[in-house]
Amino acid sequence: MAEQRTIWPFHGGLHLDDHKSESNQRPVQDLPLPRRLILPLQQHIGQSAEPVVEVGELVKKGQTLARAPDYVSAPIHAPTSGRVLEIEAMPIAHPSGLSDTCIVIQPDGDDAWDALPEPMTEFTAESAADLRERIRWAGIVGMGGAAFPTAVKVNTGGPSGIDTLIINAAECEPYITCDDALMRERAGDVIDGAAIFRHLIGARRCLIGIEDNKPEAASALRRAISDKGDRETDVVVVPTRYPSGGEKQLIRLLTGREVPSNGLPAAIGVLCQNVATAVAVADAVLRGRPLIDRIVTLSGQGVRQPGNFRVALGTPIDFLVAQAGGYSEQAHQLLLGGPMMGFGLHTDQVPVTKAANCVLALSAAEAPEPPAERPCIRCGECVQVCPAQLLPQQMFWHARAHDFDRIQEYHLFDCIECGCCAYVCPANIPLVHYYRYAKTEIWTQEREREKSDLARRRHEARQARLERLEQERKSRLRRKKEALDKKSGGSADDSKKAAIQAAMQRVAEKKAAQQAESQTSDSN
Amino acid sequence: MIVAILTIAALATVFGLILGYSAIRFRVEGDPIADQVDALLPQTQCGQCSFAGCRPYAEAIAAGEAEINRCPPGGEATMIALAELLGRDPVPLEDEEAAEKPKSVAFIVEDECIGCTLCIQACPVDAILGAAKQMHTVIIDECTGCELCLPPCPVECIHMHPLEATPETWKWPFPGQRPAEAADG
Amino acid sequence: MQFATHSSPHLVGPKNVTQVMGLVLLALVPGTLALVWYFGWGVLINLVIATLTAVAAEAAVLRLRRRPVGAALIDLSAIVTAWLLALALPPLLPWWQTVTGTVFAIVIAKQLFGGIGFNPFNPAMAGYVLLLVSFPVTMTRWLPPDVISGSAVSLADSLQMIFSGTPPLGQSWDAITSATPLDQMRTELSQNRMISEIRQSPLWGDFGGLGWEWIGNWFLLGGLFLIWRRVISWRIPVSMLGALLLIAGLFWMIDPETHPFPAFHLFSGGAILGAFFIATDPVSASTTPRGQLVYGALIGLFVFIIRTWGGYPDAVAFSVLLLNMAAPTIDYYTQPRVFGQPGNPDA
Repeated sequence: MAEQRTIWPFHGGLHLDDHKSESNQRPVQDLPLPRRLILPLQQHIGQSAEPVVEVGELVKKGQTLARAPDYVSAPIHAPTSGRVLEIEAMPIAHPSGLSDTCIVIQPDGDDAWDALPEPMTEFTAESAADLRERIRWAGIVGMGGAAFPTAVKVNTGGPSGIDTLIINAAECEPYITCDDALMRERAGDVIDGAAIFRHLIGARRCLIGIEDNKPEAASALRRAISDKGDRETDVVVVPTRYPSGGEKQLIRLLTGREVPSNGLPAAIGVLCQNVATAVAVADAVLRGRPLIDRIVTLSGQGVRQPGNFRVALGTPIDFLVAQAGGYSEQAHQLLLGGPMMGFGLHTDQVPVTKAANCVLALSAAEAPEPPAERPCIRCGECVQVCPAQLLPQQMFWHARAHDFDRIQEYHLFDCIECGCCAYVCPANIPLVHYYRYAKTEIWTQEREREKSDLARRRHEARQARLERLEQERKSRLRRKKEALDKKSGGSADDSKKAAIQAAMQRVAEKKAAQQAESQTSDSN
Repeated sequence: MIVAILTIAALATVFGLILGYSAIRFRVEGDPIADQVDALLPQTQCGQCSFAGCRPYAEAIAAGEAEINRCPPGGEATMIALAELLGRDPVPLEDEEAAEKPKSVAFIVEDECIGCTLCIQACPVDAILGAAKQMHTVIIDECTGCELCLPPCPVECIHMHPLEATPETWKWPFPGQRPAEAADG
Repeated sequence: MQFATHSSPHLVGPKNVTQVMGLVLLALVPGTLALVWYFGWGVLINLVIATLTAVAAEAAVLRLRRRPVGAALIDLSAIVTAWLLALALPPLLPWWQTVTGTVFAIVIAKQLFGGIGFNPFNPAMAGYVLLLVSFPVTMTRWLPPDVISGSAVSLADSLQMIFSGTPPLGQSWDAITSATPLDQMRTELSQNRMISEIRQSPLWGDFGGLGWEWIGNWFLLGGLFLIWRRVISWRIPVSMLGALLLIAGLFWMIDPETHPFPAFHLFSGGAILGAFFIATDPVSASTTPRGQLVYGALIGLFVFIIRTWGGYPDAVAFSVLLLNMAAPTIDYYTQPRVFGQPGNPDA
């Protein structure tokens, strides 16, 4: 347990001031409920959840409000008891500033629980499928920020070949301390959650990767491990270096293995989960509780009383800031997430979601306006710090030239958007912005190509159908004509001609008869 | 002198035979260039290029009879892709304004629809659901925004609605550009 | 409350281009002072002429290109180019030749390609080569170092020679100027003198031309300062000087009488200045780590080849320009392994 384990350092990375002490000095504070809870139907990667309640309906705490319509999706639960006010498009926390459909709950103050499923205290006796179903029911998604549905991630489809479970306790971004606080408070639940994961996927060992700037959390975890007599779980302390909490980087640090490009960690026998996800799984399996709240760090010089808060999902961020003493005069930028990978919020009237780990109100000194972009001087600093060992410089040149084929040759989609390259760039080029632009353009082009392929197929099918109808019509006419011929016992033309002949003869005879009559009348 | 003439004649014969053999032996059915051009076009089938659909335009481009700048729904990106494929120089778009129109889909106002099926017959991708004397409705996912259904409708009950960006389809703007300019689907 | 937003990251790093260029200028100061000490006022006058011309030329071209002038000039890159060029020029070069070289370097070799970051060739070296090829007489007319000639050329005399192009009354060019040690070495070797004979002359110090070797040392100090401050990487200087030493040493071991000892190559001409300040120009050099090693080594190799068998006594400028041409290809073939691609040594 106290042995020195081997660490395999990753390439690049940065030493940043970690700014942890602003928010980790006090225990987690519970936040009261706001007037309204706004729950977006999409708080995860995958298909949006579908509402199963109606406007005006009364709901209890923990009740399912929206179900997962597809495999890669997650349900949403009511964080407290109350009434469904509306199901409408509302502003959500997203870099675009756009809105999305949300269920709005008005708390009734009773905080009354719905009927919860049975706790699975002897989880080792449960089948993997049942445990996954419980995790799925609870709406658990990756709470480190990725928000991928956990039930899907742990579904390895049979004997998994995963030998190592990694619990990501690194929390490498500056300012964020929510995982640190969670570990100090609930180390036992972290270990329980890890044990549940390990049983579920059949891993033989569990490594908890934590940075060396969290000594209290590391000791708490070690104590919990020895208290529970867990012999397969180890705490591995890694040097504090951004971005050691990136999934691929942490896997390399702890095992020396690299997740293949365009591949998953399962391909190299590893599964990685965030500490908060592990605690949520422990709550769901051992206590039958769905995911309805989380710890959020509120920090930066722009907020009067920074700290960690236990927040009901759907709490508007302006309420959270107000509860923390409000903004100071220095508040300049509002970010969701950390300062390196978080995105700017245009307004604070957006809700906290499952993946919202941190809200930062930064002053102009902490997050200065980026200086004007200068031409790239090809210094290569970006190459030296990239943890994915890419060539940011080359990707930048091609993104600038809108050359989306060449940029993919430099493995654009292996970029984890950590921001190390943009941080060190002496010319202040917003490199990550260029890569995001290129990625979303490429995805849009792919979507449009699929659409146009579909349109082409429909058009060709339509042409074929019209062609077929035309052929059928022609062949029908042909058959009709042939039938007619057969009936008249000869060619239709001949019978017509005969009739005409007969008619003409009749006319001629009539004429002759008339003439003969006039002649005889004349001669009289 | 005579040797030179004979040599050139012999060379010409040999190369002609090689070419003739290759033309027969390596013949490719269909028109691969037209297929490749068609693969780049947006398949809106709108006819704004003055051809009867994307395939006829593709064939005209492949035959060298049409310029590559006549497709507004494809816009600048398609013109550049065609230029690269065919090794031609990029040409400014014929109709810049039409190219910059936001993507839209057709919408039938159901109160006004009389069930005449004229729009159904006009749609090149069969995106309108309906039958004679029954309600007609546009299937949004299949509509390409070609607007061919608007003229035939006798009661003018079809309108074009621009497609709005959702958080799923939103694109990061090019650095330096204002976000509003990039917020299209 | 409403806020303005921009893409992550939201922290700004400590480095910027102006600071980098400023450190380069700082690192050049010791070597420049040494040059002035040994060769007199002419060096300083050249520096001033080149700097003023460079700034004026860059401002003029930027105005023509309708780009913001102040924002571009503040990055100090024009001044760095001017200094590097001026330090490579003979101390008594006529002023208009200095101006021509500088204007060519800034306007043609740098701005016409698109400005900083877009030039494939090192602008200072391009200017130097233009001058060397166009004005071979004046460009090879050096002064003897102070320690040898005994009397320095005064400020007034220097100004007069630079601006009028004629030697002071009563003196001739031959009386004042002399060849560089490299030039001398070439001439003597071509006359089939032995190295040991050549070294008897009082012009030679411990490992290079007398006086010249000390200038090399001061530039070396500046170069090490830049590596310590992480302005340049160790790869290009080490590989360039290493390769030069290696091949010079090889040939010296084969025949010590027709090939000068390796340290001579290092401390003569522009080898040290080139290794730390010229070849490391980030815009025109190779950028991948392995590529930088290849780039530096090839420059060292070419310096030796051209010095020994080529037509010019010093070869750093030509070697650098040749490798500038090859840098994109070198970069293409030395791309580092991407994380997650096959070949992980720790798997």
